[in-house]
Amino acid sequence: MTRVVLITGVSRYLGGRLASVLSADSSIERIIGVDVVPPRQDVGRTEFVRADIRNPIIAKVIASAHVDTVVHMSVIATPFGAGGRTAMKEINVIGTMQLLAACQKAPSLQKLVVKSTSAVYGSSSRDPALFTEGMEPRAQFRSGYGKDSTEVEGYVRGLGRRRPDVDVSLLRFANFIGPRIDTPLTRYFSLPVVPRVFGFDPRVQFIHEDDGIEVLRRAVVGDHRGTFNVAGSGVLLVSQAIRRAGRPAIQVPSPAVSVVGSLFRRAGLVDFSPEQMQFLQFGRGVDVTRLHEDFGYRPAYTTVQAFDDFVAGRGLTKYIDPDQLAEVERRLLGQMERRRPINA
Amino acid sequence: MPEARVIPIEGRDAADLPRRGRKAARCTALAADGERCRSKAVADGLCGEHLEEQERAVSRAAAPDWERKVAGALAFMRRRLTGEYDVDDFGFDADLTENVMLSTLRPLYDKYFRVEARGLENIPNEGGALVVANHSGTIPLDAMMTQVAIYDHHPAHRHLRMLGADLVFRTPVVGELARKTGTTLASNEDAERLLTSGELAGVWPEGFKGIGKPFSERYRLQRFGRGGFVSAALRSGVPIIPCSIVGAEEIYPVVGNIKVLARLLGLPYMPVTPFFPLLGPLGLIPLPSKWIIEFGEPIPTNELGSGAADDPMLVFNLTDQVREVIQQTLYKLLLSRRSVFF
Repeated sequence: MTRVVLITGVSRYLGGRLASVLSADSSIERIIGVDVVPPRQDVGRTEFVRADIRNPIIAKVIASAHVDTVVHMSVIATPFGAGGRTAMKEINVIGTMQLLAACQKAPSLQKLVVKSTSAVYGSSSRDPALFTEGMEPRAQFRSGYGKDSTEVEGYVRGLGRRRPDVDVSLLRFANFIGPRIDTPLTRYFSLPVVPRVFGFDPRVQFIHEDDGIEVLRRAVVGDHRGTFNVAGSGVLLVSQAIRRAGRPAIQVPSPAVSVVGSLFRRAGLVDFSPEQMQFLQFGRGVDVTRLHEDFGYRPAYTTVQAFDDFVAGRGLTKYIDPDQLAEVERRLLGQMERRRPINA
Repeated sequence: MPEARVIPIEGRDAADLPRRGRKAARCTALAADGERCRSKAVADGLCGEHLEEQERAVSRAAAPDWERKVAGALAFMRRRLTGEYDVDDFGFDADLTENVMLSTLRPLYDKYFRVEARGLENIPNEGGALVVANHSGTIPLDAMMTQVAIYDHHPAHRHLRMLGADLVFRTPVVGELARKTGTTLASNEDAERLLTSGELAGVWPEGFKGIGKPFSERYRLQRFGRGGFVSAALRSGVPIIPCSIVGAEEIYPVVGNIKVLARLLGLPYMPVTPFFPLLGPLGLIPLPSKWIIEFGEPIPTNELGSGAADDPMLVFNLTDQVREVIQQTLYKLLLSRRSVFF
């Protein structure tokens, strides 16, 4: 079986890394990377095609190269880089529609891997502790990444129905974290003082960038039909994560949250979309049993380890240094002991 | 009490010493790598460094209780500041619950309400089980007291993992604390996840109808929801433990309900008691009633089979049975009670 893999969003961090990982795999004949800007990082032997997936040109690329595996990774999470929410929605939804239309027409296509997100489960007070793949979001989305991803998944399922011969892997990733990746959450935890919503301490889950790439690689080379939640085991509370990063936190009462959020957005520090706010209020957890058992992969990093690796890898200054604290504790205990008569 | 590390004073075998000759007496303590310490002995067959360590170990063993408490508190504070504690998938923070929440509630349990817990032997030492109890008292103090009763007085010191309404998780501070102290959303998914992972779950199926009911209806059980807790127990095959709580009804005798205000604040009820809102914040102090929490005989569900949860009639009947057991136990306890406050 000849393997020609097409990756959309190859110039973005994860797309580029996947391309370079797949380059090392000799069983793959050709790798074609598609994006609107050329990749900045090393993508190995990937052939770069400058194309917009919103343009029918993508169909020609797929047909002429006899692509058999499409990895769709260009659903973007924030309007920050895209130039506004309208453009973001355009790229996400219209782009996916065009890509899938091209896929449906391509007889050579055998496999479709879609990088989706656990944001499709939303985030609300009525959420179960952990979402399994079969569950629906409890609150309606108004806009944003979650809504886009839900729509994208809808189109992907539609393709799965119309082309039952195509293996569709839908991977719902938790928030990516790691020493190199740049996401709204990594920026959030890198702030010198981290604001959090007063009276709410949401649970968050992370997937380490290396684990995420490995899951995508396995989805490309292996046979993993179906929908899978992808996250490191365990959860972290936002307050706990801020403490592990050694940062001070300030609590912002929820009515003021949107004001503070837009201030941060305008300052270009962190992109706080309303959806992000909701997430920082209620959090989210996903069940990864299916990933462990059916997909057959156990992420090397748990949520906590992934976060610690991010803190260590970024070299974030810990304002509250655990070693210093331990030293203070030891000194206090020592003093207490010295004050006590030995023959007491 | 942690065992102090004992550093041998006379050496591991006293016969060792003379053989080596007294003039070059070596320290007899073991170094960190398990090898003998190579330094010269100063006194008692120990070198200066190990002598000091030994003295410290001896004094640590003799440390008064308060010092150990201070040490524990310091370690706790360090863990909290650096985030080095574990939280389970539900957001339950055992470190915080044991060190802060339970120790705050304990005086209330022991001294204020003088809770008497009966039938704790009906709670299994391990494995999933569902405690089902009556709800009362305007604020869910009854749930917290049940949690203390099981953690403090059950031989296995189990944590009761409670199921709460979504209003709890929508409310700032309350929702955060509830999750950290082991409450999760009262939904079939969460209940089953808790029970199948072998946790002891607690549910108050009357919900707001029970906790906010007027004083005139005290100890009269309300409708037990839709029986969701029974189907969760049936699906996970765990026993149901009926639990009857007497005393919680009297802490805030509700005589009225300001519905307009409740609707305005988005609350299910706005209670009026003889002291609240009349006395302002003073009216928030609960009355010191004497409590009895009785855990009844477990009702097994595993022999009914896994399909039983899909039989609505069976679920209704089992729900009624649990409700009836709790109601009868309540009547029995009320009859045996000498007075509300003693």
